[in-house]
Amino acid sequence: MTGRLSTFAAALVIARRDFTAILFSRSFIFFLLGPLFPVIVGALAGGVGQKVQESTDRPQLGIAMQAADLDAMLPAHAALAPRLGGGVPDLVVVRRLAPGEAFDPQAALKHGAPGGQGNLAAILSGTPAEPRRTGSTGQIYAWQGPVSLIAARALGEGPSRVPSVALAGTASSIAQERHGQIVTAQAGQTLLFLLTMLLAGMVLSNLVEEKGNKIIEILAAAIPMDAVFLGKLFAMLGVSLVGIAVWGVTGGAVVLAAGHALPSLPEPAVGWPLFLALGVVYFAMGYLLLGSLFLSIGSMASTVREVQTLSMPVTMMQLMVFFFASYAMTRPGSGVEIAAMVVPFSSPFAMLARAAQNGAIWPHLVALGWQGLCVALFVRLGARLFRTRVMKSGPAGGGKARRGLLARLRRLVPDGALQLRGCGPIWRRSYPEHERVGCIPAWWRLPDA
Amino acid sequence: MAGNAGAIAGEGMARPLAIEARGLVKRFDGFTAVDGVDLSVPEGAIYGILGPNGAGKTTTLRMLLGIIDPDAGLRCVLGHDRPHDVAHAIGYLPEERGLYPSMKAFEAIAFVGALRGLPLAEGRRRGRALLEENGLGYAADRQIRPLSKGMAQQVQLLGTLVHEPRLVIFDEPFSGLDALNQGKLERMIRALAEKGTTVIFSTHVIAHAERLCDEVAIIAGGRVPFAGPVDVARDRIRPQVRLETRAPDGPWRAAFPADARREGSFWFFSLPDTGIEPLLRALIEGEAGILSLSIERAGLHDAFVAIAGEAAARALEENASREEITA
Repeated sequence: MTGRLSTFAAALVIARRDFTAILFSRSFIFFLLGPLFPVIVGALAGGVGQKVQESTDRPQLGIAMQAADLDAMLPAHAALAPRLGGGVPDLVVVRRLAPGEAFDPQAALKHGAPGGQGNLAAILSGTPAEPRRTGSTGQIYAWQGPVSLIAARALGEGPSRVPSVALAGTASSIAQERHGQIVTAQAGQTLLFLLTMLLAGMVLSNLVEEKGNKIIEILAAAIPMDAVFLGKLFAMLGVSLVGIAVWGVTGGAVVLAAGHALPSLPEPAVGWPLFLALGVVYFAMGYLLLGSLFLSIGSMASTVREVQTLSMPVTMMQLMVFFFASYAMTRPGSGVEIAAMVVPFSSPFAMLARAAQNGAIWPHLVALGWQGLCVALFVRLGARLFRTRVMKSGPAGGGKARRGLLARLRRLVPDGALQLRGCGPIWRRSYPEHERVGCIPAWWRLPDA
Repeated sequence: MAGNAGAIAGEGMARPLAIEARGLVKRFDGFTAVDGVDLSVPEGAIYGILGPNGAGKTTTLRMLLGIIDPDAGLRCVLGHDRPHDVAHAIGYLPEERGLYPSMKAFEAIAFVGALRGLPLAEGRRRGRALLEENGLGYAADRQIRPLSKGMAQQVQLLGTLVHEPRLVIFDEPFSGLDALNQGKLERMIRALAEKGTTVIFSTHVIAHAERLCDEVAIIAGGRVPFAGPVDVARDRIRPQVRLETRAPDGPWRAAFPADARREGSFWFFSLPDTGIEPLLRALIEGEAGILSLSIERAGLHDAFVAIAGEAAARALEENASREEITA
C-alpha cells in the first residue's frame, strides 16, 4: 500500500524524471555546446570589426590659406595639439593660396585631400583673424574651441606658454567607484539576462512531449497539475544550473590555460561572495518566474511549430524586461527603480543591479519573498489555465472551491447546505431539480452541526 | 475531506461504496457531454460503463479521477470528494495509451507507481517482478520505443497496477488488443476482483461487460438510463420463447400472446406473465405437436436496446465493428 504524495513530493517525481531524461539524452550535449556558437560568432565579428576600425582614418581638418597664414597656423597647431589632447584634429594642408586666389571649400571637400588620401571632415579657410570652417555641422561645432585657440595663438593673442600640469593619480574616487559599481551591475544584469533568455525559453516546449505521448492524462489523474508544472520547472532549473556549472568551469579553465587573469570588475557594494550568491538565487528566481509564464503559454501549444510561433513574442518580452531593468539601474532610488524591483519579471534583474550599487541586505530578503510568492502564483494560475483550457475542466465544482472561505461560511448555515455521507458539503444550487420537486434522496442528510 | 466510504442501504445491510456520484454535469463550449450522471459502485465489484463513443463515458471517468472538475454534482471516491487525495489507492489506464518512449519498461512501471506514491526503488523491484510474471521479463531493460504496441500496452497496464490500488479504472481497456490479450485482460480483471479490488471499466463491447461485470451503467447521450446489476438489466426484458410445432395452426393458437410471430415452423414471443404452463397445456390438448421449446433469458444486448434505444444500440455496434477491423 502506498501513501498520499504531497504537492512537493509529486513535483519531485516529475522533476527527477525530466531531469534525468534530459541529462542523459544526446540533445543535452548540443545544449552544452550551444553557447560555443555565439562565442565563435562573437570572436569572428570582433575580429572583423577591429579590422574595419583600423582601416577607418581619424577625421581630419583641411586647411587652405595663404602661405603666410598657413605658416602661422601650423606651428600654433603643433604647439597646442599635445596640450589639448585628443580634442584637436589633425591638420592637412589642402592648398597654399596665392594672394587674391579664390578658393571653393565645398568643391575641395568633394575632392578630398591632395593625392586622394586622408579623411577630410571639414576645411578651414579665410585668415587666422577671420577663420571659416566648412564641413559637416557636427564636426565644425565640435572643433570650434580648438580652432579658435589655434587661430588666436597664430595671431599672437593666445597664451604664449602653456605650463605643464602635474598629474597625481589615485586608486579610486567616489565617482570612479560609483561608475565601477554600475559597470559591475551592468555586467551582472547582462549575464543574468543572457542566461535566462537562453534557458527559460526551453520550457516553452516542455509539455508538448507529454501531450504528444498522451502521458499528460496519467499525470493529471495521479497528481495535481500544480505539481506537474512545479516539477517541470525545477527539472529545467536543475538542467540549467548543470549547464551553467559546465560552462563556468570550462570557460574558467580555458582562460586560466591561456595564462590570462579574468578581467577584474570593481567590487559590488554587497561584496563578491554575497553578490555571486545573490546572482545564483536571482537567476533561479528569474528563471522560475519567466519559466512559469512560458510553461503556461507553451502548454497551450500542441505542436513544435506552435511553440516556434510563440517564441518571438516571448523573446520580445524578455528584451523589454531587460531594457526596463537596465534603465532603472541608472536611476537608483527613483520611482522607476522601485517599479523595476516590484514588477515580478524585472525584479531579479533590478535587484542584482541594486546588490552591486547598494550594500543593504534586507531589500533582497523582501524581494526574494515577493518573487517566490509570484512564482507560486504563476504556477497556480498556469496550472489552472491548463486544466480549464487544455484538459477541458470546468470553472466550478471541485473540492477546492468548497474548501474556501465562502464554503466555511456556508457551513455555518445549516439550511443552506446538505451533505453527502462521508464527503464534503454540497449546495442546493448544484442540484436544483431536487429542490424543485421537493424530494431529497435517501443519501442526503443534514450536516451534523 | 476524508471520510468513510459511502454506503447504500439495502435490505437491511449496508454495502460500502467505492464510488458514489450524484448529478454529475459537464459542459464543453455549450455542449453538455455529461448531463446528471448518478453512479454507485460497490467495493470489490467489477463495474462496467457501457455506451457508444461520445456517450460521455470517458468524461465521466475523468471527473471521477479528478482530471477535470464537474460543472455541477458530486463525486465521492473511496470516501473522498477530492480524488487526488486518494490517488495513491487508484490505478488508471486511459483510453489513449501513453508512455515515455525513451524509458525502459521496468522504469516506466516504477514511474507510474511513483506518481501514486510508491517509492521508486520498490517500484523498480515490483516492475521487474510484474514483467517476469507476465512473460515480459526479457523486455524489462528495453526502452518503450522499440516495443510492439501490444507490449507497450501491457507495460502500461502493469504500471497501473504496480502500487496495488484498491480501485482500478480502465477506459476502454480492450481497445486495440487482439483476442488473445483480451482474454488475458479479462482474466486479470477477474483476479483483481477476487483480491477485493474494485474494477471499473468503460467499453462499447457488450460481450465484455456481460462476461465480466457484476453491475453496469448504461450511458447514452450523457445520461444514465440504467445503473445496477447486470441481472436486473436483463430482467427488464421478458424471457424470449422459441417454440417449434408440427401442426402449422390450430385452436391452441388462441393461447399465444399477442406479440407472437411465426418464422417457418418456429414461433417467437415473450414469456407471458402467467408463465409457460397454460400455454403448454393448450398445446398438448390441441395436439399441436411440440418439436422443440426453449425459453431464453434476455441478453445484455437486448437489455441495452430496450433501455438506451435502437439508435444507441446501433451506434454501439458500429463502434464495436470498427474496433474489430482496427484490431
